[in-house]
Amino acid sequence: MNIRIRYFASLREITERSEETLTLPDGATVAALRDVLLAYYPRLQAVMGRAVCAVNHRYVALETVLHEGDEVVFIPPVGGGC
Amino acid sequence: MEPLISITRERLDRDALVAAVSHASVGGIVVFEGVVRDNARGKQVRYLEYDVYPEMAVQQIGEIVAEAQRRWGVERVAVAHRVGRLEIGEASVIIVVASPHRGEAFEACRYIIDTLKTTVPIWKKEVATNGEEWVEG
Repeated sequence: MNIRIRYFASLREITERSEETLTLPDGATVAALRDVLLAYYPRLQAVMGRAVCAVNHRYVALETVLHEGDEVVFIPPVGGGC
Repeated sequence: MEPLISITRERLDRDALVAAVSHASVGGIVVFEGVVRDNARGKQVRYLEYDVYPEMAVQQIGEIVAEAQRRWGVERVAVAHRVGRLEIGEASVIIVVASPHRGEAFEACRYIIDTLKTTVPIWKKEVATNGEEWVEG
């Protein structure tokens, strides 16, 4: 299945891209995707430890199972406002 | 009225937001305006760079406003957040809550800014005289 990943803030700077599509085995979880990304981008290690995950604009747990076409974003601690 | 929620790279227009929530039934309007300051944790800040996950940020702000409306019954709310590069003294966020009485408007406005800062996917990079970093929390 194909999963779309978008990158923002520090993750965009580390990966040097704003999005990509990865193909994962059916039934893969958010945690499995995170491990794949950490293998591609070892420099994500520190920020991933502080990030939460959103699938299709909703915060989810790491055990969440992904589905074809899902949009996934790893969200480091936010700092909007002022 | 439906809450007005916007995320923009343009300068925020406080007067337009206040006008948008004004109504003959309104007795009080509370405005919170967050502005870029020139210092943080002992650093001399040159400017800020905000990044946003736009679709989710609009949705999250919508949920925060809906919760504020449930709790305090405020019907007229506008929230605008600016992203991109912001200079010292420029407004990064403006929240306007109008209601028949002031108490609900103050409470709702405070709740919206405090919650926005913890759950909405917007990030701030401080560019200081001695380096730059994404601020966490």
